[in-house]
Amino acid sequence: MKRRNFLKGAGALIAGGVLPVSLVEVAFGKSKQENFTFAYISDSHIQQIKGSDFVRSFDRGLKRAVAECNMMDPKPDFVIYGGDLAQIGNKAELDHGLELMSACNHKVKYVMGEHDYYLDLGKYWESQLGPQWYSFDHKGVHFVVLNSILVDDKWTNKWSSGEERMGVMAGLDNPLGSPFMVGAEQRAWLKKDLAKVNKNTPLVVLSHSPLQKIYKGWNFWTDDAEQIQAILKPFKKVNVFYGHVHQIQYNQIGNISFHSVMATAWPWPYPSTYSQAKSHLPKLTVEMNRADPFFERDATGWQFIDVWSGNTSMHFQLPENNTRSVSYNKRRKRPEDKQYQGKGKRIPPQKHY
Amino acid sequence: MKPTNCIVMTVALFMALATSAFADEFTKQDLKLWEQEFMTVVKAGRKVFTDPKLGSNGVVCAQCHPNGANTHPETYPKFQKQLGRVAAMWEMVNWCIRNPLEGKDLKADSAEMIAIQAYITHERRNVKLAAGKH
Repeated sequence: MKRRNFLKGAGALIAGGVLPVSLVEVAFGKSKQENFTFAYISDSHIQQIKGSDFVRSFDRGLKRAVAECNMMDPKPDFVIYGGDLAQIGNKAELDHGLELMSACNHKVKYVMGEHDYYLDLGKYWESQLGPQWYSFDHKGVHFVVLNSILVDDKWTNKWSSGEERMGVMAGLDNPLGSPFMVGAEQRAWLKKDLAKVNKNTPLVVLSHSPLQKIYKGWNFWTDDAEQIQAILKPFKKVNVFYGHVHQIQYNQIGNISFHSVMATAWPWPYPSTYSQAKSHLPKLTVEMNRADPFFERDATGWQFIDVWSGNTSMHFQLPENNTRSVSYNKRRKRPEDKQYQGKGKRIPPQKHY
Repeated sequence: MKPTNCIVMTVALFMALATSAFADEFTKQDLKLWEQEFMTVVKAGRKVFTDPKLGSNGVVCAQCHPNGANTHPETYPKFQKQLGRVAAMWEMVNWCIRNPLEGKDLKADSAEMIAIQAYITHERRNVKLAAGKH
C-alpha cells in the first residue's frame, strides 16, 4: 500500500503540530477498488463551565480533529466517534459537542462512553444519536459497535440522583465506581448478530473500554472480556479498537488484535505509575513518551490505522516525538513496534515511573 | 558554700526536672495522634485535588492525575526544562492551577497547598527519594 497525502493543502497545520485524529485504511478486499478508509476521533470530554462557557482546551482538541478530518485525502468513507464526547453528559455538553462535530463533512458513527451515559443512562445521547449498540457492513467488513461501559443494576440504581451517579463515575480513580461490562443482553445480541456473518469476514469491533483486563482501579477493564473474546474467537481476523485510556496500548489475545485510540482532550498516565497497585498493561505494549505538561496538545497525537489484509498497523504521529509504527508481525502473529519493541531499544521518555 | 558546688547542684536540679516533665520519648499515643493529624491533611488534600472550585473552569487535578499519578513528588526539587531552572513541587502545582485549571496561584504555605502535597506524597509512599530525576 502506498502512503498518500492524508491532508490536502494542510501544510500550515502540519507545521503547527499534531493532528488529534485517527484515520483508518481498510483494504480487506481482493480488488483495489474495495480499499477504503475511515477516520476515528475519541475522548473529547467537552466540559461545561457555566451557560455557554466550555473548557477551552478540550473544545480546541475536538475542533482541530474535525478540521483535520475534513481535509483528509483520500476522504474517509465515514468517521467513528469513540465515546466520552462530554464530561458529565448533560444536554448542554452533548449539544455543544455535537455542534462541534456537525462541522465534520462526513457521516459519523458514535460509540457510547461512560461520561455520556451515567447522568441519564444514555437517554439524551440515544435521542440524538440512536441505539447504544449496533452493527453494519461496509465493503466486505463487518463492524460491531458495543456499549461496553455498563455496570450491574444494583450499582446503577443505588444513587439518589443521576448527578450523584455521574459525579462518582466521572472520577477515574473514584473507589466508589464499579467495573465496566458489556452485559448479558448485549452478549446475546452479539452472538445473534455474528451468527449470520461468514467466519472469514474481517471483523472490526468498536468499544469504549478495552474488552480486555488491564487495571480495574481506573476501569481500564471490561469485566466480561473473556466471554466477549470467546464470542469473537471463531473469526479469522478480529480487530478491536477502543478509546477511554487516553494513551497508546496494543495487545494480541489469540486471534484478536487490540489497539487503543488516543484522546483529543488530555493524556493519561499508565496505570503502572500508580505505585500502590498492580496493573496488567499488555507486555507487548511499548509505552508512548511521557507527555510534556507545558504543551497542551502533547500526547493527544494522531494515528494512521491501516487494516490492510485484515490485520492492523498503527502509525503514530506525535508532537515533538519521532513517528512510531506498530504493525502486525505475521510470523509471531502479534502487533509489534517497528523500532522500540526490544527492551534494549527503549528511549528514556518511554520509561514511566 | 564553694562556687563549684553551687554549679553542680543547679545542673542536677535541671536534669531531674527534664526527666520528669519533658521526656523526649514518643509514646504510642503520640504516634497515633500524629499519624491521625497527617491523614486528616491527606484526606483534605484529596478533597482539594478533586475540587472543581480550585481553578476557574471546573477542571480538577485528578482528571489528569488519577491517584496523583505522574506527579513524581520524589523527584523534586528538579530542573524543569520548560522553566529553565530548578523548581520545587509547589511551583509545579501552581503551574497546573494557572494553566489547565485556569485559576489563581495558592500561597506556598497555604493549608490547601500543604494538603495537596500531603495527598500526592501519600499516594506515592514507599517510593525512594530521587531529587533531580527525570
